[in-house]
Amino acid sequence: MTTQTLTHHKEGSWEARHNKEAKALFGFWIYIMSDVLLFGSLFATYAVLHNNVFGGPSAGELFSMPFVLTETLILLTSTFTYGLASVYAHHHNRKDLVIFWMMLTMFLGVAFLVMEVTEFVKLFGEGASWQVSGFLSSFFTLVGTHGVHVTAGVLWMGGLLVQVLRHGLTETTVGKITTLGLFWHFLDIVWIFIFTFVYLMGAI
Amino acid sequence: MLGNLTTAALPQDHIVITASIFMGISAVGVIALITYFKRWKWLWTEWLTSVDHKKIGIMYIILAFVMIVRGFADAVMMRLQQILSVGDSYGYLPPEHYDQIFTAHGVTMIFFVAMPLLVGLVNVVLPLQIGARDVAYPFLNSLSLWLTVAGAALVNVSLVIGEFAATGWLSYPPLSGITFSPGVGVDYYIWALQLSGAASLLAGINFFATIIMMRCPGMTLMRMPVFVWTVLGSMALVIITFPIFTASLAMLSLDRMMGMHFFTADFGGNAMMYVNLIWAWGHPEVYILVLPAFGIFSEVVSTFARKRLFGYTTMIWAVMAITFLSFVVWVHHFFTMGAGANVNAFFGIMTMIIAIPTGVKVFNWLFTMFRGRITFASPMLWLVGFIFTFTIGGMTGVLLSVPAADFQLHNSLFLIAHFHNTIIGGVVFGYFAGITYWFPKAFGFKLNEKLGKAAFWAWIIGFFVTFIPLYILGLMGMTRRLSHIDAASDWQPLLIVAGVGVLIIAVGVVLQILQFIVSVRDRKHNMDTTGDAWGEGRTLEWSTSSPPPFYNFATIPTVHGRHAFWDMKHGESSEPKSGHYEDIHMPKSTGIGFYIGGVSFVMCFALVWHIWWLAALGLAAIITLAMIRSFDYETEYFVPKEEVAKIEAARA
Repeated sequence: MTTQTLTHHKEGSWEARHNKEAKALFGFWIYIMSDVLLFGSLFATYAVLHNNVFGGPSAGELFSMPFVLTETLILLTSTFTYGLASVYAHHHNRKDLVIFWMMLTMFLGVAFLVMEVTEFVKLFGEGASWQVSGFLSSFFTLVGTHGVHVTAGVLWMGGLLVQVLRHGLTETTVGKITTLGLFWHFLDIVWIFIFTFVYLMGAI
Repeated sequence: MLGNLTTAALPQDHIVITASIFMGISAVGVIALITYFKRWKWLWTEWLTSVDHKKIGIMYIILAFVMIVRGFADAVMMRLQQILSVGDSYGYLPPEHYDQIFTAHGVTMIFFVAMPLLVGLVNVVLPLQIGARDVAYPFLNSLSLWLTVAGAALVNVSLVIGEFAATGWLSYPPLSGITFSPGVGVDYYIWALQLSGAASLLAGINFFATIIMMRCPGMTLMRMPVFVWTVLGSMALVIITFPIFTASLAMLSLDRMMGMHFFTADFGGNAMMYVNLIWAWGHPEVYILVLPAFGIFSEVVSTFARKRLFGYTTMIWAVMAITFLSFVVWVHHFFTMGAGANVNAFFGIMTMIIAIPTGVKVFNWLFTMFRGRITFASPMLWLVGFIFTFTIGGMTGVLLSVPAADFQLHNSLFLIAHFHNTIIGGVVFGYFAGITYWFPKAFGFKLNEKLGKAAFWAWIIGFFVTFIPLYILGLMGMTRRLSHIDAASDWQPLLIVAGVGVLIIAVGVVLQILQFIVSVRDRKHNMDTTGDAWGEGRTLEWSTSSPPPFYNFATIPTVHGRHAFWDMKHGESSEPKSGHYEDIHMPKSTGIGFYIGGVSFVMCFALVWHIWWLAALGLAAIITLAMIRSFDYETEYFVPKEEVAKIEAARA
């Protein structure tokens, strides 16, 4: 019995768990779970405050659905292009294609951010600023926090691109591509919740 | 250029000026000493840039000891004010200063004393207990430390430049909103706690991953020492609740800085949303602090009763039950909100249920002592003191959990007495026991037992003399945070008794400081040469030397049971001392964590005073530093086996 456990650990999990990339990936999963809670708090606040328009505009009066749908499709496409970069990094060792798809993802990420800022500027111009009501405060904060995360993701992707160019597809860089992938896909999922709860349900 | 910062921010009040001068002299003194002994380079290379978990842990504990002086001074000032400020006399503190003191006391004690003590002890002990050479992410560990230090520095700077929050330790809006707190106090509060919160979250992820990923071969979950289990529960709580804390403080600061309306009284804000969110963090926070203390006591009791722990499995289930239940009780902090009878009944019953697993633990400790050959060393005294004190605190907690009773006792000194009963009796006693217990492991010599025991008696007597009167005052109707008391209230005699109690605790603190000085002086007589300082160690940390080499274990141990080191000592498994060594993979020291901490301090200071250009510069610097770290692929190195053999030969 004792020897069985011993050999089991020596051959399998112990060495594997001590691999640097495995540790980073595991820790990043936990970080993402904590980030879920951060967004959860903001969603909960939005849920409580979204009817408190205090005489100002409500969700139904403000949002342009075709615009938001375009934004959504851009972000969804970027998650697909990043997925392709990931596949080429993991299975085909194609540095050129990895860089191409990552650059395209960055471009789509920036396009998404430009659209978001455009929307914010437009709302601000119409007098629907975050100072008008509890509803608008929670709207700008929830959507803005997602935007800040996307910005961080784009910056990170830029840094990682340089590292891939410099070192190629090593164990370390591929590990980092996986971690950033987790982050990027996670932001996509958060956006789907924002799209549903803020925009779609607001339009009803 | 300097935002809202003008010379008006400098101290005006003579008490603050004295405190500032004292802080200034201390800082200059420390700098002068380091320069005189030419220790700057040593300090930088051996400590400030270190990623060694043992050194980081020690630095955390030093931070906690520096801050406990501040927090304790606040407590003494509050007691004194309440004794003096009765009837026609208004004491020596103006109300706005008194309000800052009770806020600073709570914030300091929870965030900059209890949390650093927790993270510090876990750092020193946990990797050793699981047979690991370091934590999962050594660099993040250093970053956590320096972010915490930056937060603590911000609280201390607020004493000299500007003011601190005068809102109570959780800064409820609308009082903490810009309308009612227009000064910089709440901003200092927010940014200091954002730094400390981020640091805690990083530490939580780090230790959680360390426990899951870094255990030595053979150490299955059900073979982990109880301390490791309690840290696992505590860190799970950190990971789940600190993001809520960060989000609530962020929304509060958006209200203040950008004119938003999350928690304002008008424009559709909802102040109770803040109270709910902050307690959804705040209640688990007390379990974050106390669970590891339970773990320490479990280690201490089995060592000094010379028996294996009674009911290991039930202990683990109790820890996990408490971890879960701590999430479903937060409304008991504000039964008076008006959530209705059914909601209050649910949260009241859930609160009472927590007493069951806690009771299981108390009985486990008692049964471990039963028929043991107990040595009453000072950690054991802290344990016995804890069982008495914590049980009383637990019972008054159950009393408060009855909503009908809570409506009477809410916001009274009864509540203050209750939570000090659990936090001092549970957390503080626990960490003191832990520090005494593991001190020889970290430094290679024991603390003076005579002074340690004397300090214990001063603490526990002082504790009861201070807080029993507060229970009675609470029942008499005295509310918390009063800076002035009506002459007709009859409260003054009991307040004087409480003041005497604080003086007795102060004697305990002085004895503890003496204990450190005397122990360092006499260290030659208290050396621990075996590594098994108490002679009865059961867990892996006692299997390596005291202090351990920087790589902890020359050969990673293999574990065959729950009492890994006990088995080695008693021949039930082989000790890993074969004389055959392999190259050891270790992380390199780095100054980046220290730099990010420093820049964060500057950035948050700029945010407090609305010096926008400096804040932007700070953010850019943080991103740059993170990028520099990310681009560094040479963060680890190998210690060649010849060197390991040399170090091991020198140790033997």
